[in-house]
Amino acid sequence: MRMSGAEILIESLKKEGVKHIFGYPGGVVLNIFDLLYENEDFQVILTRHEQGAVHAADGYARSTGKPGVALVTSGPGATNTVTGIATAYMDSVPLVVLTGQVSTDLIGNDAFQEADIVGITRPCTKHNYLVKDVKDLARTIREAFYIATTGRPGPVLIDIPKDVTVNKATFKWPEQVSLRSYNPTYEGNKWMIKQAARTIQKAKKAVIIAGGGVILSNAARELKELIEFAEVPVTMTLMGLGDFPGAHELSLGMLGMHGTYYANKAIQESDLIVAVGIRFDDRVTGRVKDFAPHAKIIHIDIDPTSIRKNVRVDIPIVGDAKRILKVLLSILKEEGKSQWEPVRKSWLKQIELWKKEHPLSYAYSDTIIKPQYVVEQLYELTKGNAIISTEVGQNQMWAAQFYKYDKPRTLLTSGGLGTMGYGFPAAMGAQVAHPGMTIIDIAGDGSIQMNIQELATCVLYKLPVKVAILNNQYLGMVRQWQELFYGERYSCSHLDTVPDFVKVAEGYGAVGLRAVKPSEVVPVIKAALKIKDKPVFMDFVVDWKEKVFPMVPAGAAIDEMMLGEEAEEKKKKKLRAVK
Amino acid sequence: MRHTISVLVENKFGVLSRVSGLFSGRGYNIESLSVDETIDPQLSVMTIVTSGDDQIIEQITKQLNKLIDVIKVVDLTEVDHVEREMILVKITPKQQDKAEALRLVDIFRGRVVDSSPRTYTFEITGDEKKIAAFVELIKPFGIKEFVRTGKIAMAREGVKKS
Ligand SMILES: Cc1ncc(C[n+]2csc(CCOP(=O)(O)OP(=O)(O)O)c2C)c(N)n1
Ligand SMILES: [Mg+2]
Repeated sequence: MRMSGAEILIESLKKEGVKHIFGYPGGVVLNIFDLLYENEDFQVILTRHEQGAVHAADGYARSTGKPGVALVTSGPGATNTVTGIATAYMDSVPLVVLTGQVSTDLIGNDAFQEADIVGITRPCTKHNYLVKDVKDLARTIREAFYIATTGRPGPVLIDIPKDVTVNKATFKWPEQVSLRSYNPTYEGNKWMIKQAARTIQKAKKAVIIAGGGVILSNAARELKELIEFAEVPVTMTLMGLGDFPGAHELSLGMLGMHGTYYANKAIQESDLIVAVGIRFDDRVTGRVKDFAPHAKIIHIDIDPTSIRKNVRVDIPIVGDAKRILKVLLSILKEEGKSQWEPVRKSWLKQIELWKKEHPLSYAYSDTIIKPQYVVEQLYELTKGNAIISTEVGQNQMWAAQFYKYDKPRTLLTSGGLGTMGYGFPAAMGAQVAHPGMTIIDIAGDGSIQMNIQELATCVLYKLPVKVAILNNQYLGMVRQWQELFYGERYSCSHLDTVPDFVKVAEGYGAVGLRAVKPSEVVPVIKAALKIKDKPVFMDFVVDWKEKVFPMVPAGAAIDEMMLGEEAEEKKKKKLRAVK
Repeated sequence: MRHTISVLVENKFGVLSRVSGLFSGRGYNIESLSVDETIDPQLSVMTIVTSGDDQIIEQITKQLNKLIDVIKVVDLTEVDHVEREMILVKITPKQQDKAEALRLVDIFRGRVVDSSPRTYTFEITGDEKKIAAFVELIKPFGIKEFVRTGKIAMAREGVKKS
């Protein structure tokens, strides 16, 4: 059957099982949007900014595991997607971004709304395409979805010139994709896995570091089994939160720059690190040359480039985390665990001591709202039964520290790129995918203003996203660095005018609530959670002086932590007592 | 250390910029790069000369492999291989030096590809050492123009490729 390019595109998306498209129209994609008019197969969500569309597709993808789809016009529409694409690329999120392009005969002429989006996004996509011939369209779409979702996932962009949407070709959907140049490795090397098992058996002070790769490979069950069977404590990267229940006794919470005291201590004292689906980002390792000085490192990852990029690795295993953990477990189980029980016990005891020495803490006040208290109450009142997204800054770190993630895909956060403005549209995308679920964006007053326009989208589609704004009147994380490392010179970190978020919400037709006293926090959250048909802004006026601790200064080893005044005070007292 | 890396790629629009973009984006340097279609017009081979310590070279080969359009990457430095490059050099010798210049080209098994009353243009093919030696000797004759192809290389037969 002969079809126009636009028709082929629609058919192809149907074949891929796409149900939701986040989009924004414009000149060169009108043929495509015309077919979406009154189309029953898809819900098209018209966002208020293309960046919002891509982050929404990203939140949709992270919360479901299915690829997110965005559709935008050429030129400014396409360039507006770049931050969203780069965000997804850094965090390995499967997206297919469709951009319109000027007609093939105009490409290269600086035509109206022409941008070389394939050139612009080459370094921040897993792959990208310019479709010049309508005959290639169906195959390209098939390939794009395949590449986006297999191996280490990532965003793929397809640039479609206007004439290609008009030109006709016979629609032929390739049943299979075969790319001689793309064959991700899934099965881990057996011999290496055996080595890993032997090393784990011998270790006295092992720690597992679990990352986003565990979520991507749906390996949380295998990971839990390994942790519980081998009695090895686990710490998670920001991207890995949810890999393993945060409230479990073997969980050490997050490691790294704002990781827990006990996680960072355990890493530095360990004799073995089993890293699963992580890429050893500098926020995780601190000063690389002093990272885990006594440990052997087993590194499991599907992307060979992750291995030995930043840290030395003793046993590299390339492949899919789920399959590798299964094999590893079966080897360990065959040999039984009696031999290591006594050694493991004393290591766990040591960790317990560290946990008691410096638990995550903050000084509660009953006169001023502490931001950590808000996050804690969000956890208490949702019982962890919610999807949390975050913005970037202090809000993101408190969300990582004080909310306990039980399950994979319950935290959506921009880890690699650290994109302010990510959380709200991502929450919106997650809400589209999970209509009945409680979705909360833990936000800063700075970040929320970067994509605040999506309130309109949430109102329009009745998406009851909750936004908890930790309103400190500051770009708090910037202020924190300036206070600690720049002699309290607060250059451009005070926001001066922060809008009345309650009125902003109401102006958009959403609900605005405010808490200024600690006693108002719980009632505000409860009221917000009851609202099922509208987005809600919760404006928490919090103590602007609060800082995120522990903190490893940039360039320090991860056990060179600043623990906060309170903790420092305690330490001094203890020293005095010893004297 | 310097490495000569051979990269087999899909002969598609944009592949060269994916490869060169990878090098510039990650701060690796390209000392030379030559690329052309193979016998199979759907494929191209790039020969890239780069340098770095072992960890960097490992990353370069892995990152290249990760590009969707890259089919195969061989670090030829690890295996026995032959390398060639070609130069064209135009000189302006004095009348009394002309015979000497021609003899030099002969010794290096080069060819005269163009001549004019005031200039000779020579073509020399060889490995890096040979080219360097020739350039050293021809310099005193007055080099007017100089171009080189960049290296192409191939593993010797019977050598296991990684
Ligand atoms: C798009 C973008 N621009 C700048 C930054 C740098 N940055 C990191 S945190 C931060 C402050 C965020 O302020 P706010 O959203 O109020 O969060 P808070 O730290 O106060 O909780 C800034 C400017 C960034 N991460 N992203
Ligand atoms: Mg703030």
